[in-house]
Amino acid sequence: MLLISCPNCGPRDETEFHYGGQAHVAYPEDPYALNDREWAEYLFYRDNTKGAYAERWVHSTGCRQWFNMLRDTVSYEIQAVYPMGTPAPGGSAPGTTANTAQAPEGASK
Amino acid sequence: MSADHLPEHPDFLWRNPEPKSSYDAVIVGGGGHGLATAYFLAKNHGMTNIAVLEKGWLAGGNMARNTTIIRSNYLWDESAAIYEHALKLWEVLPEELEYDFLFSQRGVMNLAHTLGDVRESMRRVGANKLNGVDAEWLDPQQVKELCPILNVGDNIRYPVMGATYQPRAGIAKHDHVAWAFARKCDEMGVDIIQNCEVTGFLKDGNRVVGVKTNRGTINTEKVGLCAAGHSSVLAEMAGFRLPIQSHPLQALVSELHEPVHPTVVMSNHVHVYVSQAHKGELVMGAGVDSYNGYGQRGSFHVIEEQMAAAVELFPIFARAHVLRTWGGIVDTTMDASPIVGTTPVENMFVNCGWGTGGFKGTPAAGLTFAHTIATGAPHKLNEPFSLERFETGALIDEHGAAAVAH
Ligand SMILES: Cc1cc2nc3c(=O)[nH]c(=O)nc-3n(C[C@H](O)[C@H](O)[C@H](O)COP(=O)(O)OP(=O)(O)OC[C@H]3O[C@@H](n4cnc5c(N)ncnc54)[C@H](O)[C@@H]3O)c2cc1C
Ligand SMILES: [Zn+2]
Repeated sequence: MLLISCPNCGPRDETEFHYGGQAHVAYPEDPYALNDREWAEYLFYRDNTKGAYAERWVHSTGCRQWFNMLRDTVSYEIQAVYPMGTPAPGGSAPGTTANTAQAPEGASK
Repeated sequence: MSADHLPEHPDFLWRNPEPKSSYDAVIVGGGGHGLATAYFLAKNHGMTNIAVLEKGWLAGGNMARNTTIIRSNYLWDESAAIYEHALKLWEVLPEELEYDFLFSQRGVMNLAHTLGDVRESMRRVGANKLNGVDAEWLDPQQVKELCPILNVGDNIRYPVMGATYQPRAGIAKHDHVAWAFARKCDEMGVDIIQNCEVTGFLKDGNRVVGVKTNRGTINTEKVGLCAAGHSSVLAEMAGFRLPIQSHPLQALVSELHEPVHPTVVMSNHVHVYVSQAHKGELVMGAGVDSYNGYGQRGSFHVIEEQMAAAVELFPIFARAHVLRTWGGIVDTTMDASPIVGTTPVENMFVNCGWGTGGFKGTPAAGLTFAHTIATGAPHKLNEPFSLERFETGALIDEHGAAAVAH
């Protein structure tokens, strides 16, 4: 069981949260401009990093707010919790690359 | 007891050779799928100058961590075809491999707990029959007759409203399956190399020409990836992406009990599946942990929910004890179907995405993947399971039959 520090409510059990997958994946600005390959990338392809991974969680049974987390996918250690719309600390985490960083956060959920 | 009182070590089933400097093909991953692929490459395609590279010990990954359920009652034609082919191979493999790995066709029941479940299940029984897969619909009374310890009363949160039943389905001893394949591979000259981690690939332009390992560089004409939970990591080394997310998946066993459970019972709705191993342990599997994970362990609440479901369905389990729990790393796709085929890198092939349910597919994965590697083109059974389907949209959505279950 992970102990997750909600930015609004403080440390709570993992069972109060839901997982939202990779963070910083923006809805394409102009979906019609994409070819099948690019559309497939947006729909089905996500990073599957072994190591520090930027991901989204929602505090479903608490404040019901989304936030981002940097978590190690091997040790499961939570390295940072940070607000939607801000880049991952350190800047080098997967999912923070230029092609996905522009559109407003939360647009796709 | 001192060492000189120990019995002699039994014969080893395979050699532990040093890696050669070059092979005709290299398989990455010594789980069930890697070993089955090597077996069919040698047996069906005469490719014996090949190696299986395993970073840990043979079958130390998902192969010996799964709950060993084998069935073929999938909904869609493409899935029914490949899983039913696998089941037919399971029926002949003990003889072919000259190894009794206790394949027991004790039947598998998939319970229905809601009206939606009932409709989906009846539809699946119909589809299965059309595809030549043995399938029946059972009402709650028939469920009770087949598995008397199941509670079919309406005093539980999700009463049993019926079940699909596949009589030819069952379980097998997974580690022995791996050893059976390994021994035959070895006899045919395949090198099985343990403690050999692939750390990179050598390429000539877009063509793979070798693998880098912690035991040196190995040249090869072809590479087949069979790394299950680590498929994305290897693909990244090779320079392409896979639509895979790796999740922890947990299972557990009780202490040994007298035989009480004659079949295999699975429930998607309440997330538990149960059988009783030959020795007597109750074997139970859970759903995946929601988060991505490479840690071979998951969160305890997942097990807690699974046990609550098990005790509701099987009241006598309330007095059993958990002996061991463990986790594996499963490679899930968005449509809950595997990927078996070519990759954007020339001469590199991938078999992955079997997720929570690839043990049953082991023989067919091996057969079709070997065909693809040897000929460069898919076998008709794995043709629909290409990587391109995520671009064309020809998905094989088996969430109904496979998302949680095995
Ligand atoms: C708890 C659990 C229950 C399950 N229950 C069922 C079930 O009831 N029925 C069913 O059909 N399926 C089930 N499955 C799924 C099934 O176990 C897998 O789909 C299947 O085992 C995957 O194929 P494999 O055996 O080749 O994988 P693995 O045994 O995981 O083999 C992959 C191998 O690749 C190796 N590897 C990884 N990276 C490298 C590298 N860089 N270099 C060299 N080697 C590498 C790994 O060490 C590993 O040994 C279950 C899985 C789990 C975890
Ligand atoms: Zn909160």
